[in-house]
Amino acid sequence: MIDIKNLDTYAKNTWCPGCGNFSILNSIKSVISELSGQIPIENFVIVSGIGCHAKIVDYINVNSFYSLHGRAVPAAEGIKIANPRLKVIVFAGDGDAYGEGLEHLIFAAKRNIDITVIVHNNRVYGLTVGQCTPTSPLGFKGKSTPAGTVEIPFNPLHLLLSSGATFIARGYTHGIDLLKDIFKQAVLHKGFSIVDTLQVCVSFYNMYDYYSKRVYTLKDHNIYDYQSALNKIKEWDYNTDSPISLGVFYKKETATFEENIVKNKNDVSGQRNISKIINERQEIIKKILASLT
Amino acid sequence: MPQRLTKTANEVFAEAMRQINPDVVAAYPITPATEVVQIFSQFVADGKVKTEFVAVESEHSAMSACIGASACGVRTLTGTSSQGLAYMWEMLYIASGLRLPIVMAVVNRALSSPINIHCDHSDTMGARDCGWIQIFSENVQESYDNFLQAVRIAEHQDVRLPVMVTTDGFILSHCLEVVEVLEDETVRKFIGENPERKSILDVENPFTLGALDLQDYYFEHKRQQAEGMKNSLNLIPLIGKEFGDKFGRYYDFAESYKLDDAEIAIVIMGSTAGTAKDVVDQLRDEGKKVGLLKLRVFRPFPANVIQKALENIKVVGIMDRADSVNAISGPLYPEICTSLYDSDKKPLLVDYIYGLGGREVREEDIQLVFSELFNILKTGKTYNLKYIGVRE
Repeated sequence: MIDIKNLDTYAKNTWCPGCGNFSILNSIKSVISELSGQIPIENFVIVSGIGCHAKIVDYINVNSFYSLHGRAVPAAEGIKIANPRLKVIVFAGDGDAYGEGLEHLIFAAKRNIDITVIVHNNRVYGLTVGQCTPTSPLGFKGKSTPAGTVEIPFNPLHLLLSSGATFIARGYTHGIDLLKDIFKQAVLHKGFSIVDTLQVCVSFYNMYDYYSKRVYTLKDHNIYDYQSALNKIKEWDYNTDSPISLGVFYKKETATFEENIVKNKNDVSGQRNISKIINERQEIIKKILASLT
Repeated sequence: MPQRLTKTANEVFAEAMRQINPDVVAAYPITPATEVVQIFSQFVADGKVKTEFVAVESEHSAMSACIGASACGVRTLTGTSSQGLAYMWEMLYIASGLRLPIVMAVVNRALSSPINIHCDHSDTMGARDCGWIQIFSENVQESYDNFLQAVRIAEHQDVRLPVMVTTDGFILSHCLEVVEVLEDETVRKFIGENPERKSILDVENPFTLGALDLQDYYFEHKRQQAEGMKNSLNLIPLIGKEFGDKFGRYYDFAESYKLDDAEIAIVIMGSTAGTAKDVVDQLRDEGKKVGLLKLRVFRPFPANVIQKALENIKVVGIMDRADSVNAISGPLYPEICTSLYDSDKKPLLVDYIYGLGGREVREEDIQLVFSELFNILKTGKTYNLKYIGVRE
């Protein structure tokens, strides 16, 4: 097991004091540390988009890929397909995941590729200092909408449930134990997992009071029941005032995209097998390394 | 009376947009261009303009929405930078192919990868062949003046092409300068009414825009588009002169600086022209015959103007703030070569790539370029490319 301290990097953290990103950073580091007993640390790959959240790849000492705005998910899918043994965790903002790169998220859910997407959903563009996003509430007064938005936000979890996501959860950056637990379940889920994380931007949209008054943890909820999940997901529409549930809404066990690919390849050619190829490559690498020492 | 104000390039772009009072602006935030439409959105909120402002979900959508709006015949503006411009790529060609006079402020920033938010010209240069007119600005004043002229150029019936007006990211977009801002009424008179053009809102004469155009007519339409760009060669100096006659600041394709008797010169675009002019002054004080050609318009490329300006120079250094990564040169160099090919008098040409990703360009860097050029003049020995200010 890797000590959590060894997941630190030398990069100076430039997030604002009080930023919700710190909770996400600490939670995921703790999860990676715990899981490093069963998953080799070198098999973790983290991928980020563009925005304040994206700096997270600088702050965790594992393999990482800093991608383009909106393109974290397809980059992660490529990484997973190239080597299905890797544990791929995506960090994306609400601009990335629900705005500029929304189509990728829907298709990743549809094909049930085994990656985890953690959305830093602060409902504001933080790095460009305060504009409205796809999940900003109606009437949100941001710097590009000083008179208030005229658009109703969409409910990303409702959309992802319809798109075929097999693990859907919501976290909150206040209450780190719950967040850690949700992240751990999401990372261990076999298939596409999404954690919409209510990450508070203290500088441009401080929602701590608002959320803290409304959040509650899901209990006695059957995560394998689609209808119950739908009901709970629809309880809060990201716009009107209502209780906001935290925890896992939905989970389904089904074949992943990469499993189907391997299966089809075997069916078609009777020879090709991604695991076999990877094993062969790893043997070659081991031989090269042995010859060097 | 025009007002003398202290403003950044982002602020004057927004101010120009307010004075133009467009019908539609669609945009998405991106550093360092975010402020342009952000300041403008405050004008919308305050009811200072009639504009319908759409905060879309991406730059691809921003340009798409601008295309839709402009296709309806209304005045349409936007602004972006770097990856935002890159993400608009597909739609940039649609805007020019459909001959839609959209005007866009482009705040020059380096393209990823690696990610960088500071100035170079790689974003605009990447869009150089997409059929847009491209005008570069040396300072905040020029950014403002160019943006106003761009509306006239884009909307002229013989041209009818989209225009991007660039400014250097952070160096100009975020730095204050004293500028002269015209009165609202003066601007409105200068740009005039949005000219009538065939639009898809003409319900009595419905037609399809962007219809399938195969072997039968595609080529003719592209030929017409090329003609529109060629026509802009006549129009741009006329508009620049009219602007000068009215407001005292004259504009042309390029500005010659102490070039008449120069033996050695550099060609440069954007804000570094200001630094380079200072170096030219210093060298002139030392009695050295040096000059500078500041290129303002990159598309259309004013080949004849360049030829006339440079053919009597002995050695010319071309300053490229972008790399074509083609194992030859940056993007400006081959265009200058082409311009001089027909001339009997060919100066020696050298390309210098500088300032990528916002790397600071100091007077010493420009002095170094001139000393290299003097060496070439003395020895007659040249090379085609050098990188300035890089650790290698």
